[in-house]
Amino acid sequence: MNRDGTRGGGRTLAAVDPAPAEAGSRAALRQWFHGEHGVAPIVVGLALVWVVLAAIEPDFLSAENLVNLTLQSVPVGVIALGVVLVLLVGQIDLSVGSVSGLAAAIVAVGTVTAGWPFAVGVLVALACGLAVGLVYGVLSTRLGLPSFVITLAGLLFFAGVQLRVLGPLGSINLPFESWFVRAIQQGFLEPGVAWALVAVWILAYLGMQVWVRERRRRADLSCVPWSQIALRTGALALVLAAAVGYLSTARGVGYSVVLFVVLVIVADVALRRTRWGRSVRAVGSDRRAALLSGVAVHRTVISCFMACSTLAALGGILAAGRLGAANQGTGGADTYLTAIAAAVIGGTSLFGGRGSAWSALLGVLVIQSVANGLTLLDLDQATRFMVTGAVLLGAIIVDMLVRRRRQEA
Amino acid sequence: MREPTEPGPTPLRATAAPAGPGGASPRASSASAEPGSTLPRVSSAPVVSLRGVSKRFGGVRALVDVDVDVHEHEVLAVVGDNGAGKSTLAGVLAGAHRPDSGQVLVDGVPVVLDSPAAARALGIATVFQELALVNDLDVVENLFLGHEVGSGVFLDEVEMERRAWQVLDQLAASVPSVRDPVRTLSGGQRQVIAVARALLGSPRVVVLDEPTASLGVRQTAEVLNLITRLRARGHAVVLISHQAGDLQAVADRILVLRLGRVHGAYTGETSYEDLLAAMTGAVRPGSGTPMKADQARGSGTGR
Ligand SMILES: Nc1ncnc2c1ncn2[C@@H]1O[C@H](COP(=O)(O)OP(=O)(O)OP(=O)(O)O)[C@@H](O)[C@H]1O
Ligand SMILES: [Mg+2]
Repeated sequence: MNRDGTRGGGRTLAAVDPAPAEAGSRAALRQWFHGEHGVAPIVVGLALVWVVLAAIEPDFLSAENLVNLTLQSVPVGVIALGVVLVLLVGQIDLSVGSVSGLAAAIVAVGTVTAGWPFAVGVLVALACGLAVGLVYGVLSTRLGLPSFVITLAGLLFFAGVQLRVLGPLGSINLPFESWFVRAIQQGFLEPGVAWALVAVWILAYLGMQVWVRERRRRADLSCVPWSQIALRTGALALVLAAAVGYLSTARGVGYSVVLFVVLVIVADVALRRTRWGRSVRAVGSDRRAALLSGVAVHRTVISCFMACSTLAALGGILAAGRLGAANQGTGGADTYLTAIAAAVIGGTSLFGGRGSAWSALLGVLVIQSVANGLTLLDLDQATRFMVTGAVLLGAIIVDMLVRRRRQEA
Repeated sequence: MREPTEPGPTPLRATAAPAGPGGASPRASSASAEPGSTLPRVSSAPVVSLRGVSKRFGGVRALVDVDVDVHEHEVLAVVGDNGAGKSTLAGVLAGAHRPDSGQVLVDGVPVVLDSPAAARALGIATVFQELALVNDLDVVENLFLGHEVGSGVFLDEVEMERRAWQVLDQLAASVPSVRDPVRTLSGGQRQVIAVARALLGSPRVVVLDEPTASLGVRQTAEVLNLITRLRARGHAVVLISHQAGDLQAVADRILVLRLGRVHGAYTGETSYEDLLAAMTGAVRPGSGTPMKADQARGSGTGR
């Protein structure tokens, strides 16, 4: 059935075919927890945060509050997704906050002051993000400057540009009745549409796994046991159904939330299933080896910087839409720290090569849950910073312990 | 896995990646479609030549005015002391080092090997001394890194894994799982992976920098056997090695490097003692008088 049967080559296939029927689901569970892309520790961490917050303040788990939580998470989450990409390729971008603020300012000034249509404003802002990333990428690859310094300069520079663009007023309100603001603030999926999307997602996920298994079986390679496929699909279905079902008892799933999740899925597929994604991981974990293997290192690094700045710009645009305004504080202060912390809490390594697109979503949920919970408890900004810092440290320690155990196992 | 009809040398073509979109250059792919398999073994024009190549690293002259010809159907061994410049020579062929002066010619046409990808596209594949594997990627990912198999933008993992098993079987590699990160493999296993990676895609010229240094007896034999098969199929092989056994088994011509300079070309039969003398510049060996490369090649390919 698998290769084990066809060759007596003295090869141990234990690890290739980890689960002979009886231990199937247990092995699947263990693999899920310890696997290379293991997001399980952070899921457990998120559950823990929720349990603690719900114990102190039961309102935290109310559907309305969770809807708020999802909406709050989107702008920083989109920025964190970009940060994941630069971290994966072994670089960093400290300027994501400034770039997002600049993008928000461009949209506001362009549409309100200059009277552009919103679509144009959004496209111009995104194009600016793209250009910023291109500059970073070229400076980093051609001149070999460390990205930490380039983007630190960018942080200051673009914060200045943002102020200049906003002008003396320092704050510009977006018209509330515009489709752009309405879609972000009040746009929610019809429950029927939400359920349809969930069904499509689950079927696609299941179909993909069955298709791959069938191809592997025909190529006589080891196959994952059916139990594992069932378990994975079941778990996904459970999570999605619970989320959509519960959120729908309040306002539901916001358009911007859908956009964020779609971006995460696209990034995840691109990272795991395309040449580009493979290059990103290779360059991030060993740049020289990747170069010697024929990977286009420069192009890969530049593309990650561009994706990161563009996503940062998009995050700023979404933040402006959510707030209904762009001001000097948009994307300022702790935005970039929160975004980087979210990526790291979600399990993406600061040292390149390891991580997943999902870490942006999970990490930002953890951080925003803490922020949201502490706000409900009427605790101030000071407590929020301290608790978030502690969570970040805790997440890194847990991640390290899990990783160490995995390497010993 | 479909069982091959005979357990002996599996045809290398079986593992050859088709020239994918954006893969090998037209010339390289058309030439490697049947690499000289119909040609009789007579001296032909060199596939790759270096002309007057020099390379410095700061004050160190790693290569000085080096001329080398690499022919199809031939195993060119390169020997020399530590620091003689062998790996630098391999690096120039691999596109990892740009020579300071001199020319690289492929099929007599001057080319610029400014990146490993460019060298690979011209049909030159290299096993680096430091292997250049990415530790966090698994075996299959490493084998196909830089020239993945896929349709459109998406990777075809199933096909890559199938070919990975094929090429690893040829090398009698005992790898626990092709889905383990190479970080978890032993030094010898990693070396086999690096050799296997160079063989995928049927390159015209294979440069091996000490490929057997940490291999066991059986894997060494498989690699040497494979080198012989590569030669028989018309590939050119550049073998850098310290192992006397390797040289005796497969070398057609032996190039001695000393302090970055070519110190003579010898036939494959030259005794190791004579080579040692040439490498260290100690005694001028009586029996191993340096021959003109053409003469050496003529007698070498007759084996
Ligand atoms: N990247 C580099 N930077 C600086 N010097 C280098 C570099 N690579 C090689 N050298 C120098 O060039 C010379 C030739 O090195 P090379 O690696 O080609 O030797 P080698 O013949 O492969 O030796 P070995 O048998 O130890 O592998 C050495 O003196 C080395 O110090
Ligand atoms: Mg060397």
